[in-house]
Amino acid sequence: MAYNDKVLDHYENPRNVGSFDKNDDNVGTGMVGAPACGDVMKLQIKVGDDGVINDAKFKTFGCGSAIASSSLVTEWIKGKSLDDALTIKNKDIAEELALPPVKIHCSVLAEDAIKQAITDYKKKQ
Amino acid sequence: MKLPIYMDNQATTPVDPRVLELMIPWFTEKFGNPASSSHSFGWEADTAVKKARKQVADLIGADPKEIIFTSGATESDNIAILGVANFHKERGNHIITLVSEHKAVLDSCRFLESEGFDVTYLPVQDNGLIDLDLLVNAFTDKTILVTVMAANNEIGVIQPLAQIGALCRERKVYFHTDAAQGVGKYPIDVNKMNIDLLSISGHKFYAPKGVGALYVRRRPRVRLKPVMFGGGHERGIRSGTLPTPLLVGLGAACEIAAQDMESDNRRILALRERMRQGILGQLSDVVVNGDLEQRLAGNLNISFNYVEGESLMMAIKDVAVSSGSACTSASLEPSYVLRALGVNEEMAHTSIRFGLGRFSTEEEVDFVVKTIVKAVNKLREMSPLWEMAQEGINMDDIEWAAH
Ligand SMILES: Cc1ncc(COP(=O)(O)O)c(C=O)c1O
Repeated sequence: MAYNDKVLDHYENPRNVGSFDKNDDNVGTGMVGAPACGDVMKLQIKVGDDGVINDAKFKTFGCGSAIASSSLVTEWIKGKSLDDALTIKNKDIAEELALPPVKIHCSVLAEDAIKQAITDYKKKQ
Repeated sequence: MKLPIYMDNQATTPVDPRVLELMIPWFTEKFGNPASSSHSFGWEADTAVKKARKQVADLIGADPKEIIFTSGATESDNIAILGVANFHKERGNHIITLVSEHKAVLDSCRFLESEGFDVTYLPVQDNGLIDLDLLVNAFTDKTILVTVMAANNEIGVIQPLAQIGALCRERKVYFHTDAAQGVGKYPIDVNKMNIDLLSISGHKFYAPKGVGALYVRRRPRVRLKPVMFGGGHERGIRSGTLPTPLLVGLGAACEIAAQDMESDNRRILALRERMRQGILGQLSDVVVNGDLEQRLAGNLNISFNYVEGESLMMAIKDVAVSSGSACTSASLEPSYVLRALGVNEEMAHTSIRFGLGRFSTEEEVDFVVKTIVKAVNKLREMSPLWEMAQEGINMDDIEWAAH
């Protein structure tokens, strides 16, 4: 399968790979997907006292589109308030990366990962 | 060394230049129809076809009269399975095959099920090999055909054809083998192995694509109904004008395969072992899928735990391989062959098939090993599963969301 340039760019130069301490109260962790399905995304946000996401990190097991989707959302959510981050929809991700129909599930996972990370953060507060 | 490197020789092989050279005149100067018996154009083409028929027959220990030329193994499988089933359906309606067969066999069987046949899909052992006891128990008095592949296209494991053939012969049940991956790669003898029908694909052993053959035993005679109708070529079993240049290529490839089999195999096996040891020596948590002994010299199928196969293929884009993860298909289902070995879905998603061949070199193998090791290490750094494994978390203890 031929990949779109934006997917390739994120895949080859993934932004914000890594992990935060998941026990840190300022950190929210989302882990979505399943190994059996071939996709697992872990997305972490670090939220400042002003309620703004000031850092984000990801690790992904999955195809190039899954890696690119998670890399892209770490860029997008940085500097956003939690409410603004929640407005990111899978359609936006799929459009930005020009994902073909068989890869749409990657963008769905990335959206879910944001939601889960935010839910996890809120639970800790 | 030229990039990209081709390491997908179970998908297809290049035409051997020696084969191509022999084919060329048959496209332009000697273009006659081998069925034209009224002039020399036809006669010379017919002579070439006869020679090719003998070359194919010789490679598998058959008589030239037992060779039916086809467009490839898919067609041969269809003719063999549907043809035997349709001819013998009064006698019995039961067929035995393996879950790990190629789709050309499985879907022919599925079609027959819709026509009222019973098909037993035998499971395979963890190493990919048939369990002969299960086969023995699967026979019924309605069984008319057993179809078991010679070598598997994904994991390269070689089934014990001689033993299967003997069991079938004792019971007077026809034995068909899809030998697309086997013919030309290791010795196959239709008489010693009691094979009644055998499918051959040219493009798997350095002949062109779009040509193949079906061996159909004459003594004791295997009778089948044709699935296509026309001019009555190939004993009425496969009508259609014979493609002389392709057949010249197929014949030449058979002769070369017979000649070079031992030396090719020795060299390719050494390369494969160099590759296997190179990878296993530098990476933890990698597993070779399928039996290592009963295996094509040129096949290596490896699961790289915690790294998804498609992303790995992207990371090694200078190396042409294929993945056991079918994540590109709408189904998200990983390889049914790996699943049949009991490889769990997660591991199946992490598998890569390396197919070495006649034109693979040591330099290429070393490059591939280096590239793979680097890519796996990089992707593991990015993998949440690898991170969890390093923390000692058991993946099975986690409740993952459903598909
Ligand atoms: C085991 C097996 N059977 C059948 C086929 C189909 O062969 P062909 O491409 O000649 O139709 C292949 C190759 O794809 C194969 O590996």
